[in-house]
Amino acid sequence: MTKIQAVFERLQAQGRKALIPFITAGDPDPALTVPLLHALVSAGADIIELGVPFSDPMADGPTIQRASERALAKGVSLRQVLELVKNFRVDDQQTPIVLMGYANPIESMGVGNFAGAACAAGVDGVLVVDYPPEEGIEFARILKRHDLDPIFLLAPTSSDARVLQVGALASGYLYYVSLKGVTGSAALDIAAVAARLPEIRARTGVPVGVGFGIRDAATAAAVAAIADAVVVGSRIIEEIEQSPPDQACARVLALVADIRRGMDTVMNAPGGTTWAR
Amino acid sequence: MAEHDYDLPDARGHFGPYGGVFVAETLIAALDELKEAYAAAQRDPQFVAEFDDELKHYVGRPSPVYYARRWSELLGGARIYLKREDLNHTGAHKINNCIGQALLARRMRKPRVIAETGAGQHGVATATVAARYGMECVVYMGSEDIRRQAANVYRMKLLGARVVPVDSGSRTLKDALNEAMRDWVTNVSDTFYIIGTVAGPHPYPMLVRDFQSIIGRESIAQMQEQCGRQPDAVIACVGGGSNAMGIFYPYIPVTGVRLIGVEAAGEGIATGHHAASLTAGRPGVLHGNRTYLLQDENGQITETHSISAGLDYPGVGPEHAWLKDSGRAEYVSISDAEALQAFHDLCRLEGIIPALESSHALAYATRLAPTLAKDQILLVNLSGRGDKDMHTVADRSGIKF
Repeated sequence: MTKIQAVFERLQAQGRKALIPFITAGDPDPALTVPLLHALVSAGADIIELGVPFSDPMADGPTIQRASERALAKGVSLRQVLELVKNFRVDDQQTPIVLMGYANPIESMGVGNFAGAACAAGVDGVLVVDYPPEEGIEFARILKRHDLDPIFLLAPTSSDARVLQVGALASGYLYYVSLKGVTGSAALDIAAVAARLPEIRARTGVPVGVGFGIRDAATAAAVAAIADAVVVGSRIIEEIEQSPPDQACARVLALVADIRRGMDTVMNAPGGTTWAR
Repeated sequence: MAEHDYDLPDARGHFGPYGGVFVAETLIAALDELKEAYAAAQRDPQFVAEFDDELKHYVGRPSPVYYARRWSELLGGARIYLKREDLNHTGAHKINNCIGQALLARRMRKPRVIAETGAGQHGVATATVAARYGMECVVYMGSEDIRRQAANVYRMKLLGARVVPVDSGSRTLKDALNEAMRDWVTNVSDTFYIIGTVAGPHPYPMLVRDFQSIIGRESIAQMQEQCGRQPDAVIACVGGGSNAMGIFYPYIPVTGVRLIGVEAAGEGIATGHHAASLTAGRPGVLHGNRTYLLQDENGQITETHSISAGLDYPGVGPEHAWLKDSGRAEYVSISDAEALQAFHDLCRLEGIIPALESSHALAYATRLAPTLAKDQILLVNLSGRGDKDMHTVADRSGIKF
């Protein structure tokens, strides 16, 4: 069992849902990344998605693109992101880290080299935004060989056939994009998401995280009631963007802790937990 | 390569290892819908007839093939013929593709079209067809390009388009492309994204090539009629590569015809200030496809330079990547200075003001022609006219209007 699977098993036993915050590695400065990761764990994160900066983040909105640009301005490369994960692992061997990014930096390093280095650094899963399942089959195989969970996206527009296709490749969890648009877009439609999730769980047998458009504790709580995990990204990046560097960790901790409390009010809520095979 | 076995891309959009569909899941359904709509349109004689009719009566096709006699004689080698895409409505080859995609958009009942543009040529062509078919039009353009191409921005506005400045990244074409993709993913139900070149996720490289291949089909008939044979080489400039694919594609099975793509060497390949992805790049994934890219050692896309804004792009269409690897086409590069020289030569010797993009292809012809015999023939795709480049050329000569 991978660390990510273990997290979902543990939470299921507790009747709780996973909180998955996202930050971009190296934003606003590489020296802040490891402290921010620890702050996220203290605030109640179960898994962390760590963004790998890329020059052309096509599927992201302006907020996460700016985070990428700030990190790139500090010269943060994929290799350095792996170093940061390694440094985080000195004090935290438990919290799973999922790298989230685009194909080109990984292909530039070489997919096999990357998978080996990511595994050695203590990464647990990888989500490549521009690898849909048809282009990600070989990649998923290589990740699994290195005990890394390949995480894939699903969208409201994904056909039933694609849900099955993604389910056959993915492990760890699936990331359901709750609305049309890019990261940081407008509010999401809870009822529409709720209508789709049971069928996705049934077809894939993998826990489903929901993201895009989750900006506060109330929305997170509503999503937690229907999903297995809640992903929060742009809102945290905004907090980092607006904080003086010495206050970033404290402010992110407060924000994420508030979201955690919101989610835990729906403990033992109906829905969800049908993913276990 | 045997004559009959070129049938790329495959069903999933691959040209050998290149091409494909490298996009977020959120765009997959839209691309599938486009793929199906295009396949149905191709089989529909009414669609094909309307496309042909629009090319004839609205664009002014066929564009002539012209023998550049004075220029050829001065160079003292092969005879040079020019495929006059500069004579199309709106002044470049871009309109061929825009008509095709706009007709597809109408067929798919999408009342809103969006586009990205660098120099503004594709934006103008898109705004033109949107006006022609009564569609809402939004064009994304880097704020740096908006500053450099004020006349084209005004042209688009005259045609009824909304031009949205893009302030992210390098504020040029690639950033406009990112922004257009974001618009599309958000408004996919009523919006058609008109991509201007043979890049992007499948089926775009294929359908843009198909719509542009009228250039090569006409050329084959015209060369036969005027010269009684096909040229020894076909030369075209390559940024994203749509005019080159348009003229190359029908020639791929014609053995004995060299296909030569000319990239922008900018200030020189060695300076790093260029846009020659095939010459100096390496394979990677950007904007939905795998192809040759200009990137740093960490896989970040690098900024490019060319005197010609239309060639200023860090990638290239995936079919060109395949034609390079397979050896069916050759790719060379021409510097800003060489392109400018060819620009001036054509103005003075033939009374034709070429686009700076096309001037790269012309410049390579000036290099190649003198090495060939007088009975040999070169066909250069003169992809656009140079009126839009007046300011750039004047600036270089220290002239202010």
